[in-house]
Amino acid sequence: MTLVQYARCFNGIFVREMLRFLNQYGRFFSALVRPLVWLFIFAMGFRGILGVSIIPPYQTYIPYEVYITPGLIGMIQLFNGMQSSLSMVYDREMGSMRTLMVSPMPRWYLLTSKLLAAVLVSVVQVYVYLAIAWFWKIRPPALGPEIGYVALLPALILSGLMLGALGLLMSSVIKQLENFAGIMNFVIFPMFFASSALYPLYQMRRSSLELFWIATYNPFSRAVDLIRFALYGQVNFEALLWVAAFLLLFLALAIYGYDPSRGIIARRGGPGGPPGG
Amino acid sequence: MSTTTTESTASAGAAANATIPALAVEGLSHSFGSRKALDGVSFSIAAGSFTALLGPNGAGKTTLFSLVTRLYNNRVGSIRVFGFEVRRQPSEALSRIGAIFQQRTLDLDLTVADNLHYHAALHGMSRRETRERIEIELGRTGLLDRLKDKVRSLSGGQMRRVEIAAALLHRPRLLLLDEPTVGVDIGSRRPILEHIHRLCREDGLGALWATHLIDEVVPGDDVVVLHQGHVLAHGGVDDVARAAGTASIGDAFTKLTGLGKR
Repeated sequence: MTLVQYARCFNGIFVREMLRFLNQYGRFFSALVRPLVWLFIFAMGFRGILGVSIIPPYQTYIPYEVYITPGLIGMIQLFNGMQSSLSMVYDREMGSMRTLMVSPMPRWYLLTSKLLAAVLVSVVQVYVYLAIAWFWKIRPPALGPEIGYVALLPALILSGLMLGALGLLMSSVIKQLENFAGIMNFVIFPMFFASSALYPLYQMRRSSLELFWIATYNPFSRAVDLIRFALYGQVNFEALLWVAAFLLLFLALAIYGYDPSRGIIARRGGPGGPPGG
Repeated sequence: MSTTTTESTASAGAAANATIPALAVEGLSHSFGSRKALDGVSFSIAAGSFTALLGPNGAGKTTLFSLVTRLYNNRVGSIRVFGFEVRRQPSEALSRIGAIFQQRTLDLDLTVADNLHYHAALHGMSRRETRERIEIELGRTGLLDRLKDKVRSLSGGQMRRVEIAAALLHRPRLLLLDEPTVGVDIGSRRPILEHIHRLCREDGLGALWATHLIDEVVPGDDVVVLHQGHVLAHGGVDDVARAAGTASIGDAFTKLTGLGKR
């Protein structure tokens, strides 16, 4: 296989991912409405109750809706990562996973391509969300909004890859489609609430030290921190390293999970549960 | 078949295809936990021949297909596609395989063209070559005018024909079909069967067609009878019937497997 063929393969996977997304208006709509509901309703309700003191990267007191914007960007990516894991499980049950797996390209390449394609779709969602928030006067500061929006892109790709790799890993573990409700309860909600997305962690520290540590090392917190600083044109190197490390870990485990001779698929007999005739 | 890697690479050219089996399975065993799905399975398929893999549900047909297509490969024994061992040279082997699975693999909400382009891209084909191949392969199935239609609007039989066209885009030499007539109405089954036979005859493809339906086995085919993970018989349809001491392949199947005719 030549490099050109590798590129064509990725392009094919990306185009399919994009077409599927554009064809599912419902998915696009709900991916957009979810963070907007949080922004317009939840944040408005909370802004009076919760005061955020000045913490980096903020240099002034900020309204609550500004504080949670990075968290809601993270939420889009978290849902997207889990959604792509759902679609992997769905693909597996429906058989289109088979199409991917019989490609002569190496399996790690196929999985990584699929992951990156899904992340690029989520990046589009994030910018649409930011465009709407912009009209709500939620804009990156001083340096000029453009800087923040541009600096955000690499952060979005990295955090998207990390959360997507987590989804990919879970898709190799989940047996059936129905278990996705379980993912909502046991993965998405705990990850989202035990993070720096909705409240600065120093406030959590006052109530519970254990929870504070969990939230600090929660991969999602790290992703949100990375996004938060990037929006202000800054790099949070600690968050960057953590996100990169989590990405490598999740991706390695996911590729292992799909390995034809050792992974979970191999042990269980692969797509769609136990083999029939 | 016990060629070394270098020999098989050198001899895998078109001229040698006549002598190297399209698919050679030797001593293949695979278990899920304590359950043995395949036990010492050996058979081979010549290029240009149509082989029916006949077995009741649970015989191990799908497991065999999963192993040949390298969905998983933790198994004992060897699988060679035109001399290429699937585990050691997966890319070489997989690029020669076209596979049609029991489950639907098309995206219902995308058009026929989108689906076909996706398949071709997975094999690294250029857009121009893909368009040319679509003209030919979809043309052969008589569905070229449906190119811009959503897959959802097609009938079960038409979807199958699109899947066959998709599986043929990258010019595979071995076609694997896992119960391809499941979910296809009776009237559409025969044309699909005939289409595959024609591909074997005219283009020299090797085909392995898994089924539990005895009436999908026609005179002139080769047949592999698989039951509970074992190969019970392998050979021409008439030979298998004669060896079993029965008048027809249907009776032979009943006698060999000890099952009622299905």
